[in-house]
Amino acid sequence: MSGAAKSRLLAQRTRGHGPEEGGLARRFLIGAAVLFLTVFLVLPLVNVFWQALAKGGRAYLAALAEPDTIAAAKLTLLVAAIAVPLNTVFGVAAAWAIAKFQFRGKAFLITLIDLPFAISPVVAGLIYLVLFGMQGYLGPWLDAHGIRIVFNVSGIVLATVFVTFPFVARELIPVMQATGTDQEQAALTLGASGWRTFWQVTLPSVKWGLLYGVILCNARAMGEFGAVSVLSGHIAGETDTLPLRVDKLYHEFNATSAFAVASLLAVIALLTLFVKTYLEWQQQRAFARAEQAGSAPADNELPTRDDWL
Amino acid sequence: MNDTTLTRHQSGFGRFAAHLGRARRALAFQGSGRVRRLLLTVIVALLSVGTHAAEVALLNVSYDPTREFYEEFNAAFARHWQAQTGDTVAVKQSHAGSGKQARSVIDGLPADVVTLALAYDIDAIATMGHLLPADWQKRLPDNSAPYTSTIVFLVRQGNPKGIKDWDDLVKPGVAVVTPNPKTSGGARWNYLAAWAYAAQKAGGDEAKARDFVTRLFANVPVLDTGARGATTTFVQRGIGDVLIAWENEAYLARAEFGAGKFEVVTPSLSILAEPPVAWVDRTVKRHGTEAVAKAYLEHLYSPEGQRIAAKHFYRPRLAEVAAEYAAQFPKIKLVTIDEAFGGWAKAQPRHFGEGGIFDQITRTRR
Repeated sequence: MSGAAKSRLLAQRTRGHGPEEGGLARRFLIGAAVLFLTVFLVLPLVNVFWQALAKGGRAYLAALAEPDTIAAAKLTLLVAAIAVPLNTVFGVAAAWAIAKFQFRGKAFLITLIDLPFAISPVVAGLIYLVLFGMQGYLGPWLDAHGIRIVFNVSGIVLATVFVTFPFVARELIPVMQATGTDQEQAALTLGASGWRTFWQVTLPSVKWGLLYGVILCNARAMGEFGAVSVLSGHIAGETDTLPLRVDKLYHEFNATSAFAVASLLAVIALLTLFVKTYLEWQQQRAFARAEQAGSAPADNELPTRDDWL
Repeated sequence: MNDTTLTRHQSGFGRFAAHLGRARRALAFQGSGRVRRLLLTVIVALLSVGTHAAEVALLNVSYDPTREFYEEFNAAFARHWQAQTGDTVAVKQSHAGSGKQARSVIDGLPADVVTLALAYDIDAIATMGHLLPADWQKRLPDNSAPYTSTIVFLVRQGNPKGIKDWDDLVKPGVAVVTPNPKTSGGARWNYLAAWAYAAQKAGGDEAKARDFVTRLFANVPVLDTGARGATTTFVQRGIGDVLIAWENEAYLARAEFGAGKFEVVTPSLSILAEPPVAWVDRTVKRHGTEAVAKAYLEHLYSPEGQRIAAKHFYRPRLAEVAAEYAAQFPKIKLVTIDEAFGGWAKAQPRHFGEGGIFDQITRTRR
C-alpha cells in the first residue's frame, strides 16, 4: 500500500470515530434520529399511498378522474404557471441588486423579501380580503368597475405569489454573493454590454441555484393551503386547488379520494426532492470545477448562452 | 329561451365585438382587405354562437351538511329547467360553516343564491352587505325555509355511555362533540336546543339553563368551525362519546359508515331548525340570473325537491311527501326559535355576540 493511500485511510478512520463520542452514544443518537424520521415522515408518507390504494387501483384512478379533481389539478397548474415565472423574474432581479450592488435601504429590502416567510399564510389571505373584499378599502370601487379579485382565480394567484415570493431570491442571494463581482467586472472591462454580461456571465454562474429556487417555489405554489383557503370561496370545480380539494373530499366522508389526491401532491413533493438533490449535486460539481480551474477564471472561455439554456 | 340570459349574452358579446372592432381598426393601417374580411368573419361567427347556446351558471353558497342533498337536487333542477326552457343550467356549490359563508358573501363571494343554516346569517348579508332587502324572509313560503330539521344525538354502537336525553350530556366523563357556535349555524341550533330543554325543565329559570349549558360545554373537548368538521372529528377521528348534530347529518353519517357503527338518539325535546334560502338580489341582477335563481329556490318546494330533501333526511314541508317519509322521522317535541327565544334578532346578540353568554361561559372555563 502506498504511503498516500495509507494516510488517506487513516484520515477516514479518524473522521469516522470522533474522539469525544463513544460507540454507544453514537448508535443511540443515530437510532433515535432514524426512529423519529420513520414515525414522523416515512410512515405518514407511506400511509398516504396505502390509504389512497385501500380500495384498489381502479377506485384510485376513478378518484383522480373526477371532474372536480381534474379542475382542481388544472387550477393548481395554472396558478403555479403564473406565480413561479413572476417570482423567478422578481427573485433574479432582487438577488442581483442585493448581491452585486451597494445601495441605501438594502437591509430593508432583504427584510421585505423575508416578510412572507415570517407572516402566517392565513394573515396574508386576510390582508388581501381586507384590501379587495366588498367590505374592504378597494373592494367597492373595484366592484363598481366590474373587477373581482377575491374569491376567484386572481385571488388565488395573488395569495400564491405572496407566499412564494422569497424562495428564488433567498436561494440566489448567497450564491451570487459567493461568486462575487470579479467576473462581471472583467466582462465589462472587455467591453461587454450590461445585458450581455448578465446573460453570459451572471446567470450561467448561478444557474443551479436558480433552478433550485424555482423548484422550491413551485412546490410551495402547488401545496399552499392557508392563504389560498381564505381567498378561494371554495367553489367546487372552479376555485378549489388540489390542497383545498383534499380537505373538501376528506370532509365529504370520501377518505379514499382525499388520499388519492393527496398522493398526487406527495408525488410532486418526491419529485421536488429528487430534482433538488440532483441540482445540489450539480451545483457542488460546478463549484468543484471552478476551484480546479484555479484562481484564474479569466483563462476560461466565457460560457455561452446555450450553456445556460 | 329565457329573456334575462339572452340580454346577458348579447351585452357580453356586444362588448367583445367592440373590442374586436378596435383591434380591427388598429390593424387597418396595413390596408389589407383580406385581413379585414377575415376578422369580420370571425366576429360574425362568434356572435352567431352567442345567440343560441344559453348556458346559465348559478352559484349556490350553502352550509356544511347540505353537500349530498344539493348534489342530487342540482341535477334534478337542471333536468327540470331544461325541460321547461331548453336552457342548460350548471349549479356550482360552495360549502363551509354557515356563519363563515355569510361572511364570504358579504366580502364579495358572488352567490346567486344562499342556502344557509339559519335566518340570522342571511339577515347579516342584508344588513351588513346590503345585497338583498331586509324583508327577504317573506318572499318565499314557510319563512323561506323549504325544509326543516332538528337537533339529535349520534352515539357509538350499543350506546356505551347510555345516552338517552340532554341530561346525560352534562354527566362527568361524557365527552360531547359539537362545533363552535361562533362560526357554525348548526352549533347555534345545538346550543339553543340544549338551553330550551334546560329552561323548560327548570320551569323557565334562566340561571339554571345557563348553568346547564355551562356544564355541557365543559364536556366538549374539541370545537370545530363547522358541522361537518365536528362530524369527521366524531366519526373518523373517533373523538367523543356523543355528537350533537343536525338530524340529517346524524342519519347521513350512520348511512355512510354502515348502520352497525353508530346509533341515532332522539332527545325528548329539541328545536325546530328552519334553514332558510334566498336569492341575492344584487348578484342575480348583475349576472342576469334572477329568473333561474328564483325558479331554483321554488323548485325546492315542489314534490320532487321535497322528496330529494326527505331522502337526505331533511323534514319536508309538503304534507304528501311528509306522509310518505313519516316512518323515517321520529316524533319529537319541538320548540321554535321565535317562541323560546324571541327570534334570531334577539337570540344572536344575547347568546353568540361578542361578550354574549357563550363567550362568558367559555371564558369562565379557562
